[in-house]
Amino acid sequence: MDAVTRATITLSVNGEPIAATVPVRQHLVDFLREDLGLTGSHLGCEHGVCGACTVRVDGIAVRGCLMLTVQADGRRIETIEGLSESGAIADLQAEFVARNALQCGFCTSGMLITAAALLERPRAMSRGEIREHLSGNYCRCTGYQAIVDAVASVLAGRIAAGAGDR
Amino acid sequence: MPSRACLRGGSRREPAIASARHPAFPAGSPVGEGVARPSALRLASGRGRYTDDQTLPRMVHLAFVRSPMAHARIRGIDIAAALAFPGVVRVVTGADIATVCKPMQVTLAHLPQHVSAEQWPIAIAEIAFQGEPVAAVVARSRREAEDAAELVAVDWEELPAVVDPIAALAAGSPMVHSSLGSNLAFSARFENGEVDRAFAAAAAVVEHRFDFGRVACVALESRAIIADYDPTERSLLVRQSHQSPHLMQTMFARHLGLAEHRVRVIAGDVGGAFGSKLHVYGDEIATAAIAVLLGRPVKFTADRLEAFQSDAQAREFLATGRLAADRDGRILAIDVDLVSGIGGYSIYPRSSLGDGLQAATFLGAAYDIAAFRSQLRVAYQNKVPSGALRGVGQPISCSIVEQLIDLAAGALDIDPAEMRRRNYLRQGQFPATSKGGLKMTELSLVPCLDRILELMDYRCLRQQQSELREAGIHRGIGFATFLEQTAPGAGLYGPGGLPITSQDSCIIRFEPSGTVRCEIGCSDQGQGTLTGIAQIVAATLGIPLDDVAVSAGDSAGAQGGGAWASRGLAISGEAAHAAARQLRRNLLTVAAAVLQGNLEDLDIRDRLIVDVADGRERLSLARVCEIAYYCQDLLPPEVTPELSATSHFTPRTDPYFIANGIQACHLEIDAETGWIKLLDHWIVDDCGHVINPLLVDDQLRGGIVQGLGAALFERCVYDEQGQQLTATMADYLVPMAAEMPDITIAHVLTPQPGTALGIKGVGEAGTIGATAAVWCAVNDALRPFGVRVGRQPFSPEVILTALGVIPTPPVVDPVNPNDEEGDMQ
Repeated sequence: MDAVTRATITLSVNGEPIAATVPVRQHLVDFLREDLGLTGSHLGCEHGVCGACTVRVDGIAVRGCLMLTVQADGRRIETIEGLSESGAIADLQAEFVARNALQCGFCTSGMLITAAALLERPRAMSRGEIREHLSGNYCRCTGYQAIVDAVASVLAGRIAAGAGDR
Repeated sequence: MPSRACLRGGSRREPAIASARHPAFPAGSPVGEGVARPSALRLASGRGRYTDDQTLPRMVHLAFVRSPMAHARIRGIDIAAALAFPGVVRVVTGADIATVCKPMQVTLAHLPQHVSAEQWPIAIAEIAFQGEPVAAVVARSRREAEDAAELVAVDWEELPAVVDPIAALAAGSPMVHSSLGSNLAFSARFENGEVDRAFAAAAAVVEHRFDFGRVACVALESRAIIADYDPTERSLLVRQSHQSPHLMQTMFARHLGLAEHRVRVIAGDVGGAFGSKLHVYGDEIATAAIAVLLGRPVKFTADRLEAFQSDAQAREFLATGRLAADRDGRILAIDVDLVSGIGGYSIYPRSSLGDGLQAATFLGAAYDIAAFRSQLRVAYQNKVPSGALRGVGQPISCSIVEQLIDLAAGALDIDPAEMRRRNYLRQGQFPATSKGGLKMTELSLVPCLDRILELMDYRCLRQQQSELREAGIHRGIGFATFLEQTAPGAGLYGPGGLPITSQDSCIIRFEPSGTVRCEIGCSDQGQGTLTGIAQIVAATLGIPLDDVAVSAGDSAGAQGGGAWASRGLAISGEAAHAAARQLRRNLLTVAAAVLQGNLEDLDIRDRLIVDVADGRERLSLARVCEIAYYCQDLLPPEVTPELSATSHFTPRTDPYFIANGIQACHLEIDAETGWIKLLDHWIVDDCGHVINPLLVDDQLRGGIVQGLGAALFERCVYDEQGQQLTATMADYLVPMAAEMPDITIAHVLTPQPGTALGIKGVGEAGTIGATAAVWCAVNDALRPFGVRVGRQPFSPEVILTALGVIPTPPVVDPVNPNDEEGDMQ
């Protein structure tokens, strides 16, 4: 078998500029977890089904297991660690905690990032619509209801706060 | 569309329980409050430390070579190419493992008729299921290990496989283990009362066939382990995603020939388990054995394919159930025949019999049934070994009996809720032993039924159902009365001779500043058990919740059984309460000495030592701790400050606890597409005293959704050669948010007698009843069509086949292949 082909890339991860030489076959989530120690992004299926590895790439929620690290060249990556430290999703995290919208916590990073996408431009949504939006992220513990409650509550809060242009 | 609006789900927004004050604790204590888990923000901030997140110096990685076939003999293994691959440290075969490790083999002292085969952590001669490990590649990275694993050449001799459990028991079937001489792993017959006479005299006899597909736990975090062996001390430190670190400590010591006190297993954050992380797996024992061989840390993390090919699966049952009732709807007898397939091995060390034994003996235990018979046959087959899954066997017995009751109610034209009410064990009958042998201290069957009928506005729903049927809309309502066995004592595994403790300990101490550290013998995969322990400790000691830190999951810490069988708070809660009471007494002994008073006259309230009589503040708690740790010279010589305490608990007066409740499912079937839409789901649960209603309700909802998944989506599909066709999460469907309904919860409170806290346990209640409620609701919806279904999951294909929209595939009876029969109905 041939030696692994590598490429050098530069990117921003949670606001920090990074230059790295990585195997071209490496997935983004492996780079984040193994090379950068950002273990808050999790691997649940490595098929793009479960959503546990969801991160933001240039502001868009993306499956970290379906994207190669080299595809992140020149891009801006945000992980759960960065979003937590910046306070960008603090209201959502607080609602998740208060309503016990997580049990084992393995899906939670991805669930929060997926939910945050829905909250970016808040508009009134039914519980069914919230459920549809979250349906790319799999949680085996909670039965989803507390998650839906938490998202609905933050959504209502953001609408009330007139955060529509955030 | 509905001609009237019933109360459906109307109370969802209300708190499920108005925190009933616990009689053991003063008003204002945190017990009974829905407090958030202290660890939740850490997990929600990406700061969890799951096993795979951890890296150790000099750590190497494992990739297993697994059998691509379901049954085969290993003629030879060529590792030369893999060994030469850059980055590879070693390639290990079963024979290599055998130099440092004993094989696994299930023996149950109390059930000697259970025969089982020897299982090597890495197979040496023969494999019995697709995915069984045959070699392990050790490399500097997982990627290099995986690359090199492709280069391991196994010379296979494929053997005939058998996958259907009934076929496996038929004469002439291929043998899963030729050494056993039969594929029959176990059989038993339970009979109590005049069954045949009851059937002969019955006004109504109903029969139904049940095909429960095998399902998988699918914890989102797959199994993972890092084993670190130090040859200079002959010590093994293991970090493992596991439910029972103390069991694993014993197992690693036994299998690797190490002294138990030099083995330590730490289960840190665990990303879900549901039973799958309760067992001893060959690949995990092999990881530790390889750490011993190499003297350096070794990591193995299963990927999702490996999880489907190696994690315990469960609940593969084919059953025929019959029920006899008199014309008033009183159940005279039940008679159930169960055949279960448990895969290639009986899972180590618990065995794979739990599912079958619980299914066969729990049948109908909530009802006053005169005659009972069940027959259980358990078959080996060339599939992944089966094991524990939330509810263990109880979802099977619940589904069978609840469905049979609905059929009998239909035959006798009695309302299904009324039929249940007429047959429940009555309050005066407790304590009771069911005909299957289940011991029940006190249940609340009628109050739970009354509450759920009110919650769902049952009469209105039935009326609406019948109106909608006229309009061609087919809705179904299904009930499931369920029992939940919780907190088993030593009688479950002790008689089998298994090193599985039912007892938890609690080690607790005051720190010098007056805060508390508590180690506990249960563990927590997100259930919130440790939060409940903190609530109990804080309430017992009279200190704020934030002053208590609880830890668990370290085999070097407080001894205990870990997390299984809904035992956490029911067992560890008692131990923590007793330890905290002792610690309180120890602290007050010191305080009394300082104050030159009697400890009976003192109390701890909100971090202060006060007079019991008038609440007057005497001394701060912190000052007492300071004196106890730093100024012992201020105390009289006969007072030794003991600011730590230990206590143990396991149920002794009862063999286990039995919780109960009822669920109801409301759904709609699209007769054209076969699609089922869940509309509502209700549960009334009686788990005894509730320490934290927020967490209890989340257990119920999560459990219900797992049961709904089994009924509607989940099934491990194997082809005739034993190839698993549903080994990705794109193929094995688990419930997502959009398909699931909001779930309405209410509680009835019957404290567990004979305990200080009256807790019963709640982890499995949701799963046990949810599947059964769907069975009943689906067949209720189909009643106008005169058809019924008997095969899980209730996919559109199953529904449309029953409706005759698509043709019935011919089913060949594996026992009598010449007898063709129709779809199971």
